[in-house]
Amino acid sequence: MRDLFAIVMLFGIYSLLSAGFFVSMDAVDVALTEAAVGAGITTVLMLGTLALTARTEKRKGHGPLLPLLVVIVTGAALIYATLDMPYFADPDAPAHQHVAPRYIQESGTEIGIPNIVTSVLASYRGFDTLGEVVVIFAAGLGVLILLGVAGDRRHDASPSTMQHHLVLRVITKSLIPLILLYALYIQFHGDYGPGGGFQAGVIFAAAFILYSIIYGLNSAERIISPAVLRFLMAAGVLIFSGTGVAALLLGGNYLDYDFLAHDPVHGQHVGILLVEFGVGVTVTAVMISVFFNFSGRSNARQETGKQ
Amino acid sequence: METVVNILSWAFLLAGAFLGISGAVGLFRFPEFFTRLHAASVTDSLCAALIVLGLILQSASLMLIIKLVLILLILTYTSPTAAHALAKAALHGGLKPVPDGEGEPSSKS
Amino acid sequence: MTTVLGLYNYWVVIFLMMVGFYIVIAHGNMVKKVVGLNIFQTSVFILYISVGKVRDGAAPILDDTVTVYSNPLPHVLILTAIVVGVATTALALALIVRIRESYGSIEEEDIHRQDESL
Repeated sequence: MRDLFAIVMLFGIYSLLSAGFFVSMDAVDVALTEAAVGAGITTVLMLGTLALTARTEKRKGHGPLLPLLVVIVTGAALIYATLDMPYFADPDAPAHQHVAPRYIQESGTEIGIPNIVTSVLASYRGFDTLGEVVVIFAAGLGVLILLGVAGDRRHDASPSTMQHHLVLRVITKSLIPLILLYALYIQFHGDYGPGGGFQAGVIFAAAFILYSIIYGLNSAERIISPAVLRFLMAAGVLIFSGTGVAALLLGGNYLDYDFLAHDPVHGQHVGILLVEFGVGVTVTAVMISVFFNFSGRSNARQETGKQ
Repeated sequence: METVVNILSWAFLLAGAFLGISGAVGLFRFPEFFTRLHAASVTDSLCAALIVLGLILQSASLMLIIKLVLILLILTYTSPTAAHALAKAALHGGLKPVPDGEGEPSSKS
Repeated sequence: MTTVLGLYNYWVVIFLMMVGFYIVIAHGNMVKKVVGLNIFQTSVFILYISVGKVRDGAAPILDDTVTVYSNPLPHVLILTAIVVGVATTALALALIVRIRESYGSIEEEDIHRQDESL
C-alpha cells in the first residue's frame, strides 16, 4: 500500500478501534484520551504533513526478507517471555497488589473525589503529571522552532478554499460553541467521571482547529494570536508548578495539596482543580500552536512559490 | 407494554444493523465514487440513528435517554455534513458524477 | 489450553508490536515510519491496559454499587503516555517537514545518497 493518505486514514480508524477496546477494558479515561488524541489530533497533523510533503511512497530498493526475519525472531523471543506472565484479568496478579489497593481504598477518604484515576493522576502521582506537562510544553517549543515563520503575517483576508461552502460554514458556526462547552464540561467534571485536563485541552483545541480549517489561518489567528498562544503555553506550566510552590510556602512539601486550604480534603480539591486547569491550558495552547505552525508553513510555501 | 417496547426496540436495532451491512456491501460493489459515497452516508446517518433510537427504547433512566437524544442530534448534524464535505472535495478535485449507463466497472479511486 | 486463553492478550499485543516494528525497519518513507512507531506505541498501551483489567471489575470511579474495581494505576500511566506520544509525533512530523525542505524528499535512500555524496 503506497498511498500515504489511505494509510493515515486507516491509522485513524485503528486509533478509534483501540479506544473502543480501552472502554471494554474498563479504562474509560484512557479511551476518551485516545479517541480525542489518536483519532483527532494525530490524524490532522499527519494530513498536514502530507500536504507539505509527498503523497505516495517510492518503491523501495531492498527486499523485505531481512526485516521479516528480524521481526519473527524478536516476536518468538517475546512470546517465549510471556509464558511466565499472569493470566489475563486475574485478580491475584502482582499488578493488583501493593500500591493499587491502597489507592482504591484510601482515595475516597484522603481525597474525596469519585474518579480514582484523576485523584491518582493529579495528587498521588502529581510529579509524573508535572513532567508530562513540561514534555508537552517542550514539544510545542520544538515545533515552534522548527516550523515557526517569523515576522508579521499578511493580515489581508486571503480567502481559503472553504469560503464558498455554505453548508460547512453554517454547521461549523453552530458546532463550535457546543464543542467548547463540552470541553469545559470535561475539564471540570474530570473529578466525577472520565475526563480531566488533557482530554479537555485537546477538545478545546479541536474547536479552534476546526475554525481554522474552515475559515482560513488568517481569521483564526486574528481570534487567538500566536503571541497569546506562546504566553498560554508557558502559563499552564507556571500554574502547575506554582501550585507546588504555594504548597511549599504554606508549610508542606512540594505539591502537597493538604496545606492549600483549611482542611486536607479541601486542600486536595483545590490543588487538583488548579493543577488540571494548568494542564488544560498548556495542552490547548500547544495543540493549537502546533496546528497553526503546520498551516502557516504551507501558506508560506505557497507565497514564495517553492514546492 | 413491556413487550411492545422490547419488540419495537428490537425492530429498530435490526433495521439499523441491516442498513449498516447494506451500506458496507454497497461500499464495495457500487461502480463509482459518488454512488459509493451515497452508500457510506446511509450507514452514517440512518443506520446510526435507528440504532440510537433502539437504544433509547431500551434505556433505564431519564439521564441516559437525554444523553442518547443529544448523541442523536449531533449525529444528525455532522454525518450528512461529512458526506457533503467529501462530495465537495471530490468535485473540487475534478471527479465528475458519471450519468447512468456510462459507468465504468469499479476502478481504483 | 488455559495457557492460550489466559495469555492471548499478550500475544495480540506482541503481534501488533511486531507489525509496528516491521514497518519501521522495512520501509524507507519517513511518514510510514512514524505511523509504524505509533502502532508500536498503541500496542504497548494495550498491553498495560489489559494488565490492569480485573475480571468482573468496574471502571475505577467510586460508586456504592460496585465492589471490585479495575486497577487505576495503569490507566494513569497510559494517560501520560498517550499525551507524550502525541507530543513526540508532532515533533517528528515537524522534523519530517523540515527534512523534506532541506533534502527534497522523505525517502530514506534519497537522504542517504545525498549525505554520502557530500
